[in-house]
This record gives sequence, structure tokens and C-alpha cells, in this order.
Amino acid sequence: MLARDEDILEAAQSWRSAGKGVALATVVETWGSAPRPVGSNLVIDDAGNFLGSVSGGCVEGAVVAEALDVIESGAPKMLEFGVADEAAWKVGLSCGGTIRVFVEKVE
Amino acid sequence: MQDGREAAGEASVKLEILKALNAERVARRAAVVVTDVATGAQRFVAAKNVAADPLAELLMQHLRTGKSAMAETAEGKVFLTVHVPPPRLVAVGAVHISQALAPIAQLLGYDVTIVDPRTAFATPERFPDVPVIAEWPDVALPPLNVDRYTAFVALTHDPKIDDPALLHALARDCFYVGALGSRKTHARRVERLAAQGLDEATIARIHAPIGLAIGAVSPPEIAVSIMAEITARLRQAGERQASEKQAGGASPKGAAPAVARAVP
Repeated sequence: MLARDEDILEAAQSWRSAGKGVALATVVETWGSAPRPVGSNLVIDDAGNFLGSVSGGCVEGAVVAEALDVIESGAPKMLEFGVADEAAWKVGLSCGGTIRVFVEKVE
Repeated sequence: MQDGREAAGEASVKLEILKALNAERVARRAAVVVTDVATGAQRFVAAKNVAADPLAELLMQHLRTGKSAMAETAEGKVFLTVHVPPPRLVAVGAVHISQALAPIAQLLGYDVTIVDPRTAFATPERFPDVPVIAEWPDVALPPLNVDRYTAFVALTHDPKIDDPALLHALARDCFYVGALGSRKTHARRVERLAAQGLDEATIARIHAPIGLAIGAVSPPEIAVSIMAEITARLRQAGERQASEKQAGGASPKGAAPAVARAVP
């Protein structure tokens, strides 16, 4: 089943309520052509399960890896992905845009 | 809101915010989450409490457009996560087109309800995954609480069913109101609605003939054209109002610019 925005936030709530470590990633800024609009969410648990998307599938893997750090440390992170950051992140957006993703722990 | 901000540093506050947010969504009420991106501190502002918030004006502006965004404020750089109720589709007419319309709309994220007093049409066998209400519009519609986040389509071709349904949808300010029927059929409908006292501007809000002009022939194709038109209305409403203002008013239908949105 395709996840809707509200399903993602409900998953965040129910995973956390079930005692899992949970992080929420949100697209907060986009430049150029970006696959998902500002406000799009990806929810990640401490086992690396995730629901939703912040891109067309290009950077989710990297966001999930960063989210596991955020779950452990509790400190939020701002991630930026774009063509220019390919070297830094080893992933980039094939569409040529740039996105900024805020990752926070659900405490 | 002050409470929300004071509590922002406490453990479990983010889960509390999620709970409050999900509760508002279930109740089909709008809300904003304000996140300080430097510290991660958050507060939850339900639409009914926006006026009392320090960022009231900014929050109201974003609730109107439904768009989340980063903003520079007196509080510093914040991210506003704007949640407006998920769109709904109410289709009057458990007809062949509706059988295609319902799953397409569900895929697009709409909560779908079908209304048709004709029990031969309104059967769970014909609509396995959708609530179907086999009642006349005057009975079925009021409890549905259709609102400005609802798209409403009248598809029965029967004025006894479609006309009262359309009157209800227009009175409830649905963001999209469409009616099946040729130009000729619609001209007669306009006469009937005018005779009931509806003004010209209100009648002009009805999209008819329904759907984008893509040459649709089969019921599923017509369903695609209807959902495309509803999507345009949902996503381009703000831009269209702005361009109408600039142009000093445009025709109520088909004025939306066909601009592709950010696509990879």
C-alpha cells in the first residue's frame, strides 16, 4: 500500500509509542527541480525500517543512515543533497536540484 | 502555545506534538508545527489557536496556502510544517465512471465516499473498497460534513439527485464542484439552479462539462480527466487566483496555467 502523509506521521507516533527509537526527516527547503515538495516526510526506526520519502529514492539510503545517528545522539541534523554535494555525500539528486532535509529524533 | 514552547525542551514533547497533530488530522482540522531549526525546539499550534501565537500573521498566511516552508522570524530561523486536512472526494452517483474514479482518487490520497439513492447502483459488490451510502443527498450529505477540503462530483445525470447535491456542495464551499453532462444538459441545469435563486457567480463555480478536455471516451478515461481537473484545482488554486487578480478576472474554468510543477 502506498503511504500517505498522515500514514507516515501515524507510523512515527505508533513506532515511538511501541518503544522504538524513531527519527523524522522532513524536506525543509528545495532549489531547482526537486522530486518531493517542502514538508515531505520520511520516518525511520532504530532498525533502519522506513516509510515515506524525501526524494525520488535517490537519497533515502543516506538519510536513513544519518537518522540512525540522530536516534542514538538525540541531536537534530540538517542534511543537504544536490549535484554539488555528490562528493561529500556520495549520493546526489539526478534531477539536478538541491534539497535540505531536517532530521530529528522523536522523543 | 506558551505552554508548548516551555515544554519544548522536555523529553517526550515531540511524541506529544505528533499525537496532537494526528488527532487534529483525524478531526479534519488544520494545524502548524513550528520548529526552531537551530535547536530542534518545537511547538504545536492548532488552527483555532493561531491568532494567539507570536507568529500569528505568518502562520495564518501559511495555513491559507497550505504550504510548509522555512521562514526568518523574530524567533530566528524556523521551519513551519503546515498540515491541512487530507482532501476528500464525495461522488454522487454510483455509476460506471465512479467505479473507476474511486480507486484513482484513493491512489491520489483522497478519502472517497459514494452516494446514490438507487439501491441497484449503490452496492458493495460494485464498490468493494469504498463507503457507499444508499440514501438521497438530503439525508446522506449533511452527516458527511463536506468542507473546503472536499472535491464534490455529481454524476447521476438525474436532476432529482444531482441538483440538491450540487446546492449542498456549493453552500459548503467545496474546493471543487463538478457535474457530468453535455453543454446542453448543463445549460438546462444552470436554468434550474438560477430558478432556485442561485446567483451567477456561484453557478459558475460548477465545472461542467466535467473534467479536463483530453478527449476521454471510456469511463476510466473520464475518471482520469476528472481527477486531473480536481488536481489542478487543488494545486493551482492560489496561483490562479493571483493571475485572475492580475488579469482583472478570468473565466472561472480553464484559466489555470498549465505549468508543470517541480518534476525530477
